[in-house]
Amino acid sequence: MPHHFPPDSVGLVTPQTLRFEKPLALDCGRSLAEYELVYETYGTLNADHSNAVLICHALSSDHHAAGCHEGADPNKPGWWDNCIGPGKPFDTREFFVVCCNNLGGCKGSTGPTSINPENRKPYGPDFPIVTVKDWVRSQARLADRLGIRCWAAVIGGSLGGMQAMQWAITYPDRVRHALVIAAAPRLSAQNIAFNEVARQAIISDPDFHHGHYYEFGVVPRRGLMIARMLGHITYLSDEGMRAKFGRELREGTLNFNFDTEFQVESYLRHQGKAFVDRFDANTYLLMTKTLDYFDPAADFDQDLSAAFHRAQARFLVISFTSDWRFAPARSREIVRALVRAGREVSYSEISSEYGHDAFLMPIPLYHEALRGYLIPVAREANGRTPEPACAITPPAVEINAHAA
Amino acid sequence: MRPELELISAWIRPGARVLDLGCGDGALLAYLREHRQVNGYGLEIDSANIVQCIQAGVNVIHADLEAGLEDFGDSSFDYVIMTQTLQAVRHTERLLDEMLRVGRQGIVTFPNFGFWRGRLQIALHGLMPVGKALPYQWYDTPNVHLFTIRDFEALCRRKRIDILQRMVLDHAHQPRLGPRLWPNLLGEIALYRLGRA
Repeated sequence: MPHHFPPDSVGLVTPQTLRFEKPLALDCGRSLAEYELVYETYGTLNADHSNAVLICHALSSDHHAAGCHEGADPNKPGWWDNCIGPGKPFDTREFFVVCCNNLGGCKGSTGPTSINPENRKPYGPDFPIVTVKDWVRSQARLADRLGIRCWAAVIGGSLGGMQAMQWAITYPDRVRHALVIAAAPRLSAQNIAFNEVARQAIISDPDFHHGHYYEFGVVPRRGLMIARMLGHITYLSDEGMRAKFGRELREGTLNFNFDTEFQVESYLRHQGKAFVDRFDANTYLLMTKTLDYFDPAADFDQDLSAAFHRAQARFLVISFTSDWRFAPARSREIVRALVRAGREVSYSEISSEYGHDAFLMPIPLYHEALRGYLIPVAREANGRTPEPACAITPPAVEINAHAA
Repeated sequence: MRPELELISAWIRPGARVLDLGCGDGALLAYLREHRQVNGYGLEIDSANIVQCIQAGVNVIHADLEAGLEDFGDSSFDYVIMTQTLQAVRHTERLLDEMLRVGRQGIVTFPNFGFWRGRLQIALHGLMPVGKALPYQWYDTPNVHLFTIRDFEALCRRKRIDILQRMVLDHAHQPRLGPRLWPNLLGEIALYRLGRA
């Protein structure tokens, strides 16, 4: 039975795949002789190809950012469906939205689960550790193939925001706007520490087999599950968890055993188990390393503003008050460097108790900021001149909230 | 507010780099961008105002002025502007210092507490002044420091801040003869362009 999608949904979507046969040199010194990228697009590319927007995904998501696949549960659309669609902040009536699964992923792009052409076996742990810069270079080739010379905007949250930053640095003339949400200029020791615990959970699982678990017909379920449970704690906030679970007991009474007693335990186990069924452990290891390695300032004598000096894009940086994984202070580091580099930037700190996950939530002020920022971007991309004095000097405005 | 925008705008060199402290909905920056081709940023703490700035295409940075301007380097702006904000911050002196550290010049506007109507309200009725420039009741005002033109100039002298230009507006927000002759009595709003040698 055909499902009727709401009017602001992109509806049924089908992933596409492109094969790249020119070798891609990687930061680690190795190169990929050939690779595939799976991607989805929403909206229509305009005549001069100026309305394309790239969405970069975070650690564990993929190319399926909006709409629904044929036969899938219509109540479970793509991961950023609340932002992408007609009339939504990334308005598909205005923009041609592209989202690809990154290299090293496990959702169709070449990664550890793909067959290594050299030995006809899955790459597994032999898949090279790729960096954000490698991703950006591979995405640039995708843009070339799609006929997109310059993105109207590159947008991402968390690890996705890092890609948006890297795009603006690596390809200054190919990005007009970079939207960097809930990101950080590089990981802190604490961030790396959490990643390391997650990796050790996977690596020490007896079913890991040094990453060659495919050959044994098993997956390191327990390790990957614990890694995800740990990660999930860092995506939520203390206040958010308290509001959602408190100390609520599943059976209303203490049982004095190690079964799941508290609701929060049950929730984490469920998240962990569900993740094992949809994600590959080698990809998880690789993506956490990609995060650890991200450090655009390292190429510029540890000077982040020097890195941004070459960027030409305008920036919108957004953080969330209860995010402690990449706290607002980390976003302010980005903003400070951008200001020092003389770049155009706006920064908004959104009040939220959702923690790091807030960037995926339909928080009204947050979505208004995204929408408000992108309306003039769409106007510029689609060649419409701004309305005269576009809300620049509305009548009888007060200069300041405190003003007389 | 319009005359104030125009008067400030007249003081700004075209193409200058400006920082607007407490930029509200970004009206001044949008006006300066249009009429003086400035570039720069506004600092603002209110989220709804920030969204309005973003919508207007004005660069706005979420910041608390009370925390100072440590994210900004010395003399990194041609002008640092503070319209109707100085009376609403706690650390007035520190912010003035910060302003003239980060900006080559500072532009400040504030309501003059010495305006004759306010003096009359206190003298005749014994009540705190409420009027166009100071519209709040004593219990709900965001203004934590009320001061007069003479107070402000005394502070500038003490802090060795140079007053490069002054404009005093009357009740109709016009720079007429009266407030020019008796600024502290007939001026309702004061505008200053400041520098430090």
